Amino acid sequence: MRALDPRLLRRTRSARPLLTLDTMLGAACALAVLVQGSVLALIVARAFQGAHLRSLWFDIGLLVTAFLARGALVWGMEMAGRRAAWSVLSELRLALVEKRLRTHPIATDGTDSGEVTAVAVQGVEALEGYFARYLPQVVLASIVPLLVLAWVAIVDLESALIMLLTLPLVPVFMWLIGRYTEQRTRERWHALRHLATHFLDVVRGLPTLRAVGRANDEAAALAEVSERYRVTTMETLRVSFLSGSVLELAATLGVALVAVTAGVRLVSGSLGLQAGMTVLVLAPELYVPFRRLGAEYHASADGIAVAERMFALLDAPADASTPSTRTTPNPARSAVRLEQVSFSYPGRTGPVLDALDLELAPGETVALVGESGAGKSTVAALLLGLLAPTAGRISVGATDLMACQADAWRRLVAWVPQHPTMFSGSVADNIRLGDPAASEDRMHAAAALAGADDFIRGLPDGYATLIGDGGRSLSPGERRRIAIARAILKDAPLVILDEPTADLDPASVTLVSRAVRRLRAGRTMLVIAHRPELVEHADRVVHLRTGAAVSEQNRRAA
Amino acid sequence: MSGTVRSLLALGEAPRARLGVGVLLGALTVLFGVGLMATAGYLISRAAEQPAVLSLMVAIVAVRFFGLGRPIIRYLERLASHDVALRVLGRVRVSFYRRIEPLAPAQLDGYRKGDLLSRMVADVDALQNLYLRGVEPPLVALLAGAVAVGAAAAFLPAAGLVLAGGLLVGGMAVPALSGSLRARAGRRQAAARGELSAELVELLRGAPELVAFSGEAARLERIRAADSRLVKLAQRDALATGVGDGLGLAVTGFTVAGVLAVAVNASAEGRLDRVLIAMLALLALASFEAVTPLADAAREFAATRAAGQRVLELTAGGAAVRDPDQPAPAPCWPFTVALEGVRARYPNQPRPALAGISLSLRPGERVALVGPSGAGKTTITNLLLRFLDPAAGRVTIAGRDLREYRQADVRRVISVAGQESHLFSASIGDNVRLSRPEANDRDVEAALHRARIWDWVQALPNGLDTLVGEEGRELSGGQRQRIILARALLADAPVLILDEPTAHLDPSTASALMRDVFSAAGGRTVLLITHRREGLDLVDRVQTLPPGSAGIPGHTARRRR
Repeated sequence: MRALDPRLLRRTRSARPLLTLDTMLGAACALAVLVQGSVLALIVARAFQGAHLRSLWFDIGLLVTAFLARGALVWGMEMAGRRAAWSVLSELRLALVEKRLRTHPIATDGTDSGEVTAVAVQGVEALEGYFARYLPQVVLASIVPLLVLAWVAIVDLESALIMLLTLPLVPVFMWLIGRYTEQRTRERWHALRHLATHFLDVVRGLPTLRAVGRANDEAAALAEVSERYRVTTMETLRVSFLSGSVLELAATLGVALVAVTAGVRLVSGSLGLQAGMTVLVLAPELYVPFRRLGAEYHASADGIAVAERMFALLDAPADASTPSTRTTPNPARSAVRLEQVSFSYPGRTGPVLDALDLELAPGETVALVGESGAGKSTVAALLLGLLAPTAGRISVGATDLMACQADAWRRLVAWVPQHPTMFSGSVADNIRLGDPAASEDRMHAAAALAGADDFIRGLPDGYATLIGDGGRSLSPGERRRIAIARAILKDAPLVILDEPTADLDPASVTLVSRAVRRLRAGRTMLVIAHRPELVEHADRVVHLRTGAAVSEQNRRAA
Repeated sequence: MSGTVRSLLALGEAPRARLGVGVLLGALTVLFGVGLMATAGYLISRAAEQPAVLSLMVAIVAVRFFGLGRPIIRYLERLASHDVALRVLGRVRVSFYRRIEPLAPAQLDGYRKGDLLSRMVADVDALQNLYLRGVEPPLVALLAGAVAVGAAAAFLPAAGLVLAGGLLVGGMAVPALSGSLRARAGRRQAAARGELSAELVELLRGAPELVAFSGEAARLERIRAADSRLVKLAQRDALATGVGDGLGLAVTGFTVAGVLAVAVNASAEGRLDRVLIAMLALLALASFEAVTPLADAAREFAATRAAGQRVLELTAGGAAVRDPDQPAPAPCWPFTVALEGVRARYPNQPRPALAGISLSLRPGERVALVGPSGAGKTTITNLLLRFLDPAAGRVTIAGRDLREYRQADVRRVISVAGQESHLFSASIGDNVRLSRPEANDRDVEAALHRARIWDWVQALPNGLDTLVGEEGRELSGGQRQRIILARALLADAPVLILDEPTAHLDPSTASALMRDVFSAAGGRTVLLITHRREGLDLVDRVQTLPPGSAGIPGHTARRRR
């Protein structure tokens, strides 16, 4: 990614006023530096001519004031720049999260939530320096040198010309940065990440290594990998640090040239001491903005490397559908039909579903059975509109599901996923996800129907017990029953149950299947299962084989 | 220097000579800058007296020398300090690894929680900054500052004194103030960041359900709130940073003014040659380059120290399991394995993990140990591999207590395959060969064959060289377990422990795996630890581990093979 990528610049729109303020403060700061240098030269020149300290107090006070003004301006810059940066960062972070949530509720690109979180929190934060310092510095690097040159030219034109002559080194430096540093930084970043992953892998596998008696060998391997990385990194650094040195050379050489020529001209009497001293003090300031630009670029290189990943996530095409009709068909009145539906994950070979036909008549309970990997859970995700079929059509009555408002459709579907998530909050909060407005009584009734009321009342704080991250941990059976209570509370005409009894002990299986039977009444239901307990109650059993050849068997008829 | 820092430096095995070179080059970089400005100031002032140009030659040469020398020294300094950081990174990793090696997994809380482990590894990696940010900048500031002050004092003692005072305030008081302000904000920021991350992970993991239940708007609101808390704290940090930078400039201003004042005064009184006024002022101005980086360094150092503290706490305990001084000879046939009234407890855990269990495995016998999760099944594996010593009772092989053998000898007798076995991000071949590095491709092939996965491996375009991905992510659950099994089979140990090999597998995959496992096990003693039904029909005996295994000996049911 380029340093001034338009995608990054576009994101700064809302923070432009603050960034402008930041830049103006920076320019004011440069002016303070010019005043400071000139006053310093004035004091030195007057003292040289024998002025007494008493007559110089005013000038010394002015010098201190210039420094204090710089201090205040630098402080203001820090505040304005970082405030601007953080408003951009917040926007980016929320855009990223909303994008994932609304268009990729199920990650089909193999990105796990940990990675997205890392990009949204640490990754986005790595861009702080970019927005707070680098971007303002880009503007300052084009204003301040002109300011310095103009000021010096007023004092002594010849010195200004010498300084101007050293400036062509700057584009050379910029070119070098663009040419080497950027790519090397990226390579180094990748190498470093690889190294960290390797280390993590080894530490994670330590018990295994000990069990097979290889723990010692691995320490040596670890040392060797780190050493190899050091050697290759140092090789690249030898080149990429050169670019910084070129600018440093321009700066020190410029100062030395100005000092020596000014010295010679002073001897000949064609230049006064005050002018010579002013020029000398100000000469280094010409290069400061460029050096700072280089430093800020280096400091935000990590962020820029992460930005690439961030935009890949932000600009990913949507998995879910885009609506085109306002009517929402009701599964209580119309049949839900999958016609020749196929689905395959991008980048993976072979479809998960291949030309599947399936019909759910209103009020019917259908059991979907098949091996793991046959695509059973994918069917659930497709029916919920969390994924869009790659081919074929899902319809409710005469309406294509993909054309419906996803939100409105999902209000008619209740779902108990295979591994229900407990969100951090109380048990009641978690059940109320099914209907946030539900009364206490209705919520308790739903829990009772799900066979969850008893164990919930046995928890230390009953329905107010905190669960989820950092709260009390629940067994898989308890989680499942809370998820069923959620689905009951939602009271939707179509219910999808994904392996509701998998991994449960026999007692829990009995409780859960009893809850499922109660839930059936008056609803269309799709039960994904391999256990006989639930399949028994189905009106129809559909066998799904990998690929999707489907055989149906009507229980009632059999 | 505090004990923490000293221990951390020991962890990195400080490459002292290289560090010294880095500090020296760092100080020289600053001093060359000081030299350039000071000699240039002298040159201009002296030139104003209009002497013969030749008498300025020394000053001119000095200006050019400092001007040309500084970029070169700076370049060398950057290389040297990055080299030290990279060396330290490698050493810290290795010595950390060596320290936790005897502790894993029994003595490390939360070892199985992936994110805790990643945080630990990130903490270790952060220690590379210890030198670059923690040790080098103060030493550079001290050295360069001392030389600059000495030089100023040589010309005018009062100027040296003023500069020393200014550098002390600028290098210690300002970073300390800004550092303590930032540290407070920083701690709260880290907490807020953690909260936001936790909210985000939860939101994204639960995304399908939130969307399906239209609950995403409420959750996004929580994210927004967590984010704005973080933003507020960042602004407080900006305030503290700004105060530090601003005060630094103010101190510089007062110091330069002070040096000017004493120099002007001394010159008026005839104690100082007037050509030295500019030199002293510019020397003072340039020498603040030595202390400016200290404010940032102080903050980074605090963060690094906190990371280091966590690392040290983790490895503070020392290994509980040790080899005996006079080990018994390696166990030999018959390899009867037994637990006799064993109670076990993990360090820092209030409740015992296992309260009184007895179990005996005769050579060639196949026993299943079943029980719900939390009954202490994995603890039995840890005891048998001697990752953990029993709190009471004893574990024996061939009649001798495990504590009498060398750990390596015990682990040659017992090999484990199961849910907790790790697949490294390497090739299939490497992962299998791990248990017997000297094995050739044909041995590996044979092991994979017996694990009934050779046909699949052979059909892959890269065969044995196929990469399995991080934690074997590229493979299915069943494939992972079979490769782990092949690894255990290749070790060719007489006792095979299968620790929840069917976890997360669907019933038909699980049954197929169990059939293949038992046919591959041959005449080995097998202990199958499971909470599922698959495979129970293939063992000689099933022993039940009651929930919590609260001292009740498990009842045994006989089965036919």
